[in-house]
Amino acid sequence: MLSFLGFSTLDGFVDAAIPPAIRSRKPLNLPPALSETESLARLAGLAAKNKLFRSFIGMGFSDCVVPPVLQRNIIENPCWYTAYTPYQAEIAQGRLEVLRLFQLMVMDLTGMDVANASLLDEATACAEAMTLSWNAAGQPADKAFFISDGCHPQNIAVVQTRAKSLGIRTVTADESAADLGKGFFGVLVQYPMTDGRVADYRPLCEAAHRHGVLVTAAADILGLTLLKAPGEFGADIAVGSTQRFGLPMGFGGPAAAYMAVREALKRLMPGRIVAVSKDSSGRPALRLALQTREQHIRREKATSNICTAQVLTAVVAAFYAAYHGPEGLKRISSRVHGLACRLAAGLKALGWRVPDEPFFDTVRVEGDPSVVSRAFDAALAKRMNLRRLSDGVLTIALDETTGEADLEDLLEAFADGKPLLDIASAHVHSRIPEPLRRTSPFLADPAFTTNHSETEMMRYIKRLEARDLTLATAMIPLGSCTMKLNAASMMMPITWPGFAKPHPFAPKDQVKGTLALVKDLEKWLCEITGFAAFSFQPNAGSQGEYSGLLVIRRHHERSGEGQRRVCLIPRSAHGTNPASAAMAGMTIVTVECAPGGDIDLADLKAKAAEHSQDLACLMVTYPSTHGVFEEGIKDICRIVHSHGGLVYMDGANMNALVGLCRPAELGADVCHLNLHKTFGMPHGGGGPGMGPIGVTRKLVDLLPNDPLAPAARPDASGPTAASAFSSASILPISWAYIAQMGGPGLKAATETAILNANYVAKKLEGHYATLFRGRGGFVAHECILDLRPLKDSADVTVDDAAKRLMDYGFHAPTVSWPIPGTMMVEPTESEPKVELDRFIEAMVMIRGEAQDIAEGRADKADNPLKNAPHTCSAVTADRWERRYSRQAAAFPTAATRRAKFWPHCGRIDNVFGDRNFVIRPKDSGQECC
Amino acid sequence: MAKPEACRYAKSHEWVCLEGGTAAVGVSDYAQGEMTDVVYVDLPKVGRKVKLGESCGTVESVKAAFEFYSPVSGEVVAVNEALAKDPALVNRSPFVDGWFFKVKPDNPKESESLMDHAAYQEFLKTPAAHGSH
Repeated sequence: MLSFLGFSTLDGFVDAAIPPAIRSRKPLNLPPALSETESLARLAGLAAKNKLFRSFIGMGFSDCVVPPVLQRNIIENPCWYTAYTPYQAEIAQGRLEVLRLFQLMVMDLTGMDVANASLLDEATACAEAMTLSWNAAGQPADKAFFISDGCHPQNIAVVQTRAKSLGIRTVTADESAADLGKGFFGVLVQYPMTDGRVADYRPLCEAAHRHGVLVTAAADILGLTLLKAPGEFGADIAVGSTQRFGLPMGFGGPAAAYMAVREALKRLMPGRIVAVSKDSSGRPALRLALQTREQHIRREKATSNICTAQVLTAVVAAFYAAYHGPEGLKRISSRVHGLACRLAAGLKALGWRVPDEPFFDTVRVEGDPSVVSRAFDAALAKRMNLRRLSDGVLTIALDETTGEADLEDLLEAFADGKPLLDIASAHVHSRIPEPLRRTSPFLADPAFTTNHSETEMMRYIKRLEARDLTLATAMIPLGSCTMKLNAASMMMPITWPGFAKPHPFAPKDQVKGTLALVKDLEKWLCEITGFAAFSFQPNAGSQGEYSGLLVIRRHHERSGEGQRRVCLIPRSAHGTNPASAAMAGMTIVTVECAPGGDIDLADLKAKAAEHSQDLACLMVTYPSTHGVFEEGIKDICRIVHSHGGLVYMDGANMNALVGLCRPAELGADVCHLNLHKTFGMPHGGGGPGMGPIGVTRKLVDLLPNDPLAPAARPDASGPTAASAFSSASILPISWAYIAQMGGPGLKAATETAILNANYVAKKLEGHYATLFRGRGGFVAHECILDLRPLKDSADVTVDDAAKRLMDYGFHAPTVSWPIPGTMMVEPTESEPKVELDRFIEAMVMIRGEAQDIAEGRADKADNPLKNAPHTCSAVTADRWERRYSRQAAAFPTAATRRAKFWPHCGRIDNVFGDRNFVIRPKDSGQECC
Repeated sequence: MAKPEACRYAKSHEWVCLEGGTAAVGVSDYAQGEMTDVVYVDLPKVGRKVKLGESCGTVESVKAAFEFYSPVSGEVVAVNEALAKDPALVNRSPFVDGWFFKVKPDNPKESESLMDHAAYQEFLKTPAAHGSH
């Protein structure tokens, strides 16, 4: 490959391709690379340092039994975790079907009309509900958002951060005593409350609706199987976490949050929504609907900056519901509730004060503070964590894993030596009174009622799995997404109990292993980027942008320059950038690009000067979104700094920099890293990811603070996720990635990624022009291929080519971004030459197929490109009336004859689907296609 | 209903047609073609005061969203409810069945500042006409 590009060594090639001015002089100073075995052993040691106490802390995190059939076939299965976001719907029908089930599950349990396909965590979902309510009310300047003080503290903290950045006033108080009059646009309540109480919110909803105030209920997903649904008591929006549906607490995550709304609010809802359309043969088929709400289209006017959310974890939750079914879920929740009732009775019998209030799984117990402390310590001595709600008040939250022995241990801790009553045989009444009880049915769709045995479940999973093209099938050359290998040895530790089990709010001395791992990772990422510190709170790249921009705003406020709110964003930026800036309360000013793709320096200078007094920052992606190492990056940073602004670097393209350049040395002040792109985490089919942010020294104390202790660092920019390290349980993946690669390995990976991209670009020369090139005619780690000439000569669109790639067994590269009519190819370092050649062959043949149309050898309308993709049933039908052969349709290459991946659907009609929005078709129960 | 020749046009491709005491508004045939298949139209509520050039609605196709800038100032007195059920009316019949809303204009002479049909046709031949919405 090197000699094809005219080089004899990798170093020589890299020296030619990368501007010397941006190269870092200091090689990476990282520990020597570990073997897979050594890495696993070291991680096992760290996992062993975490103490696995039984958790009764609750607060939105509850342990559960991960069904082994799901652990083996989903969580540990690359056919699920290596998939990309299902934009190419024809080869993603498996995941789309499960996400549709996730939405149905949420719609049923919450009693709402429309649910989305997941959000990042419950706390950010609460914040999204606030902005949704605010937008529905027309962003009123004179109205506030009411937060019930019965909400989980992390939810309150994250909502307050978001409100502050948007200039929304919040009031946090007892909602039962509040006058929800004209002064509010929305209200947030917790269901059940953080202290375990279940309130009847019907009167609150009625009062709120009299004044046009929207009600959001943050509801416990398991509790909803026994409790009246939010949609039934009058809520307009429901949010919550689905963690206890099949995932461990993971010291904070990842897990899917949900959001569901009434029909009238659906176009204001953030996040992906899966809905039904039809394919070219008229059969129902699934795809992402109503995408014009989203940041990649609406930019700063989007409903939210959320992109990818929590697909893999949503898949687990939906399958958990399908595996247990409505009856099974009710059995689990009834059992948990029964145990809680018996615990309450037992505590009462021991003389403790247990308020006589409705509850689901969380028992509140009160007493003299010193006696209460003794009980808390006695529980700790039995390796049980309780929650100290306030002086003299404890809560005990039970879950699916709680057993009789736990109940006895708990009562013993509270007995203080007194003999226990025989609670096993005690008969207790439900603590959910009639009006609060759920009576409506849920999960009636056949998917939820027919897969309760492991045999059926396993086959159901496999049947859906076969519809999706993942890295287990072929390379996924998505530009800007870095679909590299997710090595098995790096994935294995995440399901180890040591990392998976801890509660996010467990005492710090019980999680020394994870904290040590986070510290290592922070040190290594600082070495790689040149920054002084990292925060692991942002649980997605978009969250990193938002959190980083808040740090920048906070910096200016602290310097007495709170008026600095202007955010310069190049026209070529990813849509998430302006969406995040809008969320951070910034004013967006667009900087033009020069014809070559680089930032137009003259325009940047002019706009920075024009806003010299109110410039907050520039958001810049490096290498650029055009896949080029801009030579002027240091000048760009200098210009912004000279006008008092900071530089936010979008780290989406970090895979082209590791070991060669450091963002901080280029001039960046803040940068997020997508651990799911550059640092080995899988994409999960659209999440979970992680977007930690690095900052220079002067910004360190402004990094997001702990949502449970926001007052501890008053200077900080505010919590932006539900727990300090958000999706902490997947951090071992990036730890292992760096540990196994070592400094030289990381550098070689970057160089190989750049080599692969240039190899593809050069091989395709003469077939497709590469639109942007940097120094020496080279691209960075990705190349943008121009397919617009095909449109002119043969009326073949870039979408036709993308769908045709499916017939060749490939997932299309990034389509029509950043330039319409193009494909952005990022092969990554993981792909061997043979796979690159197979892709190149497919692209060359597609060019030939277009040429056939242009030169009249193929029909303009009836050709393999316009009819792509070709399904098995279309190709094997008794009648074949196309003007080309079945072989040409489905087996155009030797590679496809050796191993064929069949697209599950024909071309999907997006227009039909968006004009006829349906999640649950009338003849519900049939799988799509 | 509106005849293209009788309408006035904004540079952002909205049309306004005065008829009796009210002004109907919509998007031009050129604009609907650029938008491709319209899947949703977000309209202002009856009673809202709109200003000439003010963003007061959105037109969505599968891949893009377009702001709708009012080509007239006044109070919205009616909106085209049929667009909710059949947004494709904008594509099929931009001047007749695909109208957006009707306004009681503050100043009937205001639309004289906009292009007439002939001027709009000339405008479409210039590069300024493209990519501005």
